Amino acid sequence: MWLSSVDFFVYDFLALHGSFADSLHFFIYDFVKILTLILVIIYVISFIQTYIKTETLRDFIRGKSQFVGNLCAAIFGILTPFCSCSSIPLFLGFSQARIPRSATFSFLISSPMNNEIAIAILFATFGWKIALLYTLFGLITAVVGGYIVAKVSTDEDILISVPYMKHGGKVHFEKLPFFKRVNSAWQSALKVIKDIYLYVIAGIFIGSVIHGFVPADFIAKYAGADNPFAVLIAVIAGIPMYSGAATVAPLIEPLTSKGMLMGTALSFMMAVVALSLPEAMILKKVMSWRLICLFFSIVGVGIILVGYLFNIIL
Amino acid sequence: MHIKVLGSGCCSNCETQMEIVKKALSTTGKFAKLEKVVDLVEVMNYGVMSTPAIVINGKVKARGKVLNEQEVIALFE
Repeated sequence: MWLSSVDFFVYDFLALHGSFADSLHFFIYDFVKILTLILVIIYVISFIQTYIKTETLRDFIRGKSQFVGNLCAAIFGILTPFCSCSSIPLFLGFSQARIPRSATFSFLISSPMNNEIAIAILFATFGWKIALLYTLFGLITAVVGGYIVAKVSTDEDILISVPYMKHGGKVHFEKLPFFKRVNSAWQSALKVIKDIYLYVIAGIFIGSVIHGFVPADFIAKYAGADNPFAVLIAVIAGIPMYSGAATVAPLIEPLTSKGMLMGTALSFMMAVVALSLPEAMILKKVMSWRLICLFFSIVGVGIILVGYLFNIIL
Repeated sequence: MHIKVLGSGCCSNCETQMEIVKKALSTTGKFAKLEKVVDLVEVMNYGVMSTPAIVINGKVKARGKVLNEQEVIALFE
């Protein structure tokens, strides 16, 4: 229905034809579709967030088994809009509550990777199957990665130690009436949209440039199915790039349509959003370089494996 | 009244929250000692993991989100 409206607007109402009309059509169609879906998903997530806060998670995980802790932390990572700034208080808060380090790392891996905006955009462009698979693999990487990082880290790698939380740490939460939650979720969803819409436009714009100007065999030649190292190259190229999911996710569709395999494209996206230099700088406040390097390499290897797995099953 | 705004000292949210609290104080004409806390160990002592947070007279009143002026004024009550 939306497609035919855009058809009507571009081809009949504006009476445009040719390649410019096609790009305009692509841009309007994608832009509105992606932004609407993001708005819906962010709204739902903001609403859930009025019930679940980081402190809730901390109190819940305390004393649970390592697996449950990792899994909960990873799932919770989907629900939190990732700001690198929040990773430090979270890291310290968890260690203060003496929650196993593995859960903390699961969260640190999951939060940027299973970004709700990335999931929304994948859902908008490829449907629920790809979005679900991406999320599932993201969760597995987070759970397993958290476990391994915790195994290889020692107490010397943690630079700040906080005193054990006395008073059980239970925090009191203000009870909000339902309509207030609805309203506050709406406010935060609007704020998120306001923050990211320019990045989405940039992403869709770069995407349409790839659509129009990059020759079809260029990407296929270097990162297509014939190249067994495609995933590896994509991940290594993606780590130094720092961009939010909002910009990189709209690129996946054009990249795959130019011959990149889906797994390669998704690995690239995971590497861009999950591992970044600014995040490393912030983590430096609380952990040693050794641990940060280990953290990044373990996540990098995880992402590469996910990419190959994706390429095999799709 | 003693108000502390807790932050992680890395994004602009805490700064924004400080400004809003100042505005709320001038709107209501209340007097308060206003302080910004970015020392992480001190922030942790309040059991706060999501910033910015507002502490009034030693009690954590809000966390994890920048409150607007009306919401801050409601905390003064």
